[in-house]
Amino acid sequence: MKPTIAKREPVVDDAMDQTEAKLRPEQIQKVINEVIDKETGGRLWTYVNTCIHCGLCAEACQWYLSNDRDVSYAPVTKIKDTIWVMLKNKGAVDAAFIKRCAEIAYTECNLCRRCGMYCPFGIDIAYMLLVVRRICAKLDMVPLYLQDTVHSHAATMNQMWVKPDEWIDTLQWQEEEGQGYVPSARLPLEKEGAEIMYSVIGPEPKFLAQLLGNITAIMKVAGLDWTMPATAGWDNSNMAMYSGDFEVMARVERLHHETAQRLKVKKIVMGECGHAFRGAEYDGPTWMGWMKPPIPIVHAISFYYDLIKSGRIKIAKKAEGPITVQDPCNVIRNGGLGDKLRYIMNAVCAEFVDVTPNKRHNYCCNEGGGVINC
Amino acid sequence: MYELVRGPLAWAAFIIFIAGSLYRIIYMLAGCKKEKIVFPHMSLKHSLASLVHWVIPFNNQYMKQRPAFTIVTFAFHICLVVTPIFLLAHIILWDESWNISWWSMSDTIADYMTIIVIAGCIFFLYRRLTDPVVKNVTDASDYLLLAITALPFITGFIAYHQWFDYKTMLIIHILAGEIMLIAIPFTRLSHMLFFVFTRAYFGSEQGHVKHSKDW
Ligand code: SF4
Ligand code: SF4
Repeated sequence: MKPTIAKREPVVDDAMDQTEAKLRPEQIQKVINEVIDKETGGRLWTYVNTCIHCGLCAEACQWYLSNDRDVSYAPVTKIKDTIWVMLKNKGAVDAAFIKRCAEIAYTECNLCRRCGMYCPFGIDIAYMLLVVRRICAKLDMVPLYLQDTVHSHAATMNQMWVKPDEWIDTLQWQEEEGQGYVPSARLPLEKEGAEIMYSVIGPEPKFLAQLLGNITAIMKVAGLDWTMPATAGWDNSNMAMYSGDFEVMARVERLHHETAQRLKVKKIVMGECGHAFRGAEYDGPTWMGWMKPPIPIVHAISFYYDLIKSGRIKIAKKAEGPITVQDPCNVIRNGGLGDKLRYIMNAVCAEFVDVTPNKRHNYCCNEGGGVINC
Repeated sequence: MYELVRGPLAWAAFIIFIAGSLYRIIYMLAGCKKEKIVFPHMSLKHSLASLVHWVIPFNNQYMKQRPAFTIVTFAFHICLVVTPIFLLAHIILWDESWNISWWSMSDTIADYMTIIVIAGCIFFLYRRLTDPVVKNVTDASDYLLLAITALPFITGFIAYHQWFDYKTMLIIHILAGEIMLIAIPFTRLSHMLFFVFTRAYFGSEQGHVKHSKDW
C-alpha cells in the first residue's frame, strides 16, 4: 500500500524538528513495540483485523469534509498512514515517519470519536490515534505548545504555570468581586466536609478570573455548601492526556481526586471544559485501572441544568438576539449531555437557534486535541 | 477428483473454519482480558442496543444518510449468508452425508439471490476502483478478498445453469466455497466473526460508560 500523498504547507515546530534530527531508528522501534505489546491488546488487534477498508468513516470527519473531501484527512487514511505501517514493519520506521505521525495524530485529528459512530463495526479510530499520540509522546515528538502545557502540569500540577500564592490571591480577589454581585457571598477555601468541591481549568485563574467571581455569586444564590482547595489539585484540565504522556496525566488526575478526598466532599463540580471532564471521568480513571472516579464528578451542564430546573437559581433576564451553541464532543457525543445543554440554552437565551447536525452528531470544533488552547 | 473435494477437503474446510474461528475469537478475548478495562466496560443492554441499531437497516442516522449504499450492502450480506445455507442442492449433500435436512428455498429465488451477491461484488469492486478514499486504502488483499467472496457464487451460478462442463464447474465451485470457508477466520473476512464484538464494545463504551449512544 503506497503512502497517501498529503499536500500540506510546511510547518516549523522547533521541538519536533529537533526531535526528528536526533531520534535513532532502534529507539523508535523499541518504543513502538513496547507500547503495542504492553499497553494495547485485544482492541487494537481486533480493530486492525476487522477494518474492511470501506471508507465509510470518511463522511464523519470534519477535517475531511472541511478540506473539500481531501482523501488524506479521512479517518481510515490516518490509520493507514500511522498504525498500519508501524504494525506491518514491526516498528521499523524512521524519524521522518514519526514526525508525520505526530502531525496527523496531533494536528489533523481531534480525537472527537465521530468516526467511531459512523463505522459500521464501531471501530474506534480515535482510540488508535491516541495510541499513535502515546508513541509520539514517548519519543518526544510532541508539538512545542502542547508539550509546554504538559511541562506546566508536571511542574506545577496546573496547566498554566499558576504559582501557589497567585492561586490563593486570585481566589481572594475574586471573592470580593463576587461580593460585588451578592454582598454576603463567600468563596470558602479548604472547607473540610463541604458538599461540593468546585474545580476549574488553569486558564480560569490565569486570564478568565471573573468566572471565579461569578461562581462565588451563583453558589451563594443557590445556597450550596461548597469549597475550593487552596493547594495544587484544583486544576481539572489535563493536556498530558492529549499529548499521550499518561504518566503525567495520571499524576494530575490522581491529585485532583485525592484533593477532593482530603476535603471529604460528596462530589466534584467542574467548570465547562469538555476535555477536562473526559480526563477526570474517563481517560484518567481508565489508565489508573479505576472503573469510575472515587468521588462523582458533575459537569457544569448537569450542574446548571439541576440549578435552573429546580428553581434554585432563576434567570432574571435572558440574553437577546439569535444565539446558537456548539456541542462539545467530550460532554455531548461522549458524555450524553445534549438535551440538558438545550434546556439551559432555552432557559438563558431569548432566541436559541439550534445547529445541524447537533447533539451527538455534532462536528468537532477543532480545538479538541490540545494543540490550540483556550 | 469430485470425491476428493466433496469428501476429505470439505471435511478439512469445515474443521478449519470452525476451529479457526474459535481460535481467533478466543485469541481476541484473551487480548481484551489483558486490557483490564474492556470487560468491566461491557454491558449487555448497551451491546444489544447497538446491535439492534446497526443490524436492522435504516435504524441509525448514517444509514438514512446513505440509502443506496445501505440497500446494496444489506441485500449483499443477507444473500451471501442465506443462499448457501438454504440452497436445495447443498441441503441434499447434508442429507446424503449426515441424514439431516432443513427448509430449502426455490432454485429460482436462489438464482436471483446469487445474482444479487455477484452484483454486490461488482458494486464493491467499482467503489474500490473509483471512490478516492476507498482506493487510497485498497491493496492487493482487498481485491483477493473480493475474489474469494465472489468466486463461489459465480461458479455456482455457472454450474447451476450448466454453461460449461458441469462436472468441472462443480468441482471448481466446491473448491471455491472451501477456500472461502478457510479464509473467513484468517483474513479480514473475519469481520463476519468480530462484527458482533466490536459493535458490542463500542455500544457499551458509548452507552454504559459515556451515557450517550452510538447510532
Ligand atoms: S476522531 Fe474526529 S477528527 Fe479524528 S479522525 Fe475521527 S472524526 Fe476525524
Ligand atoms: S468505516 Fe470502519 S471498517 Fe470502514 S474503513 Fe472506516 S474504520 Fe475501516
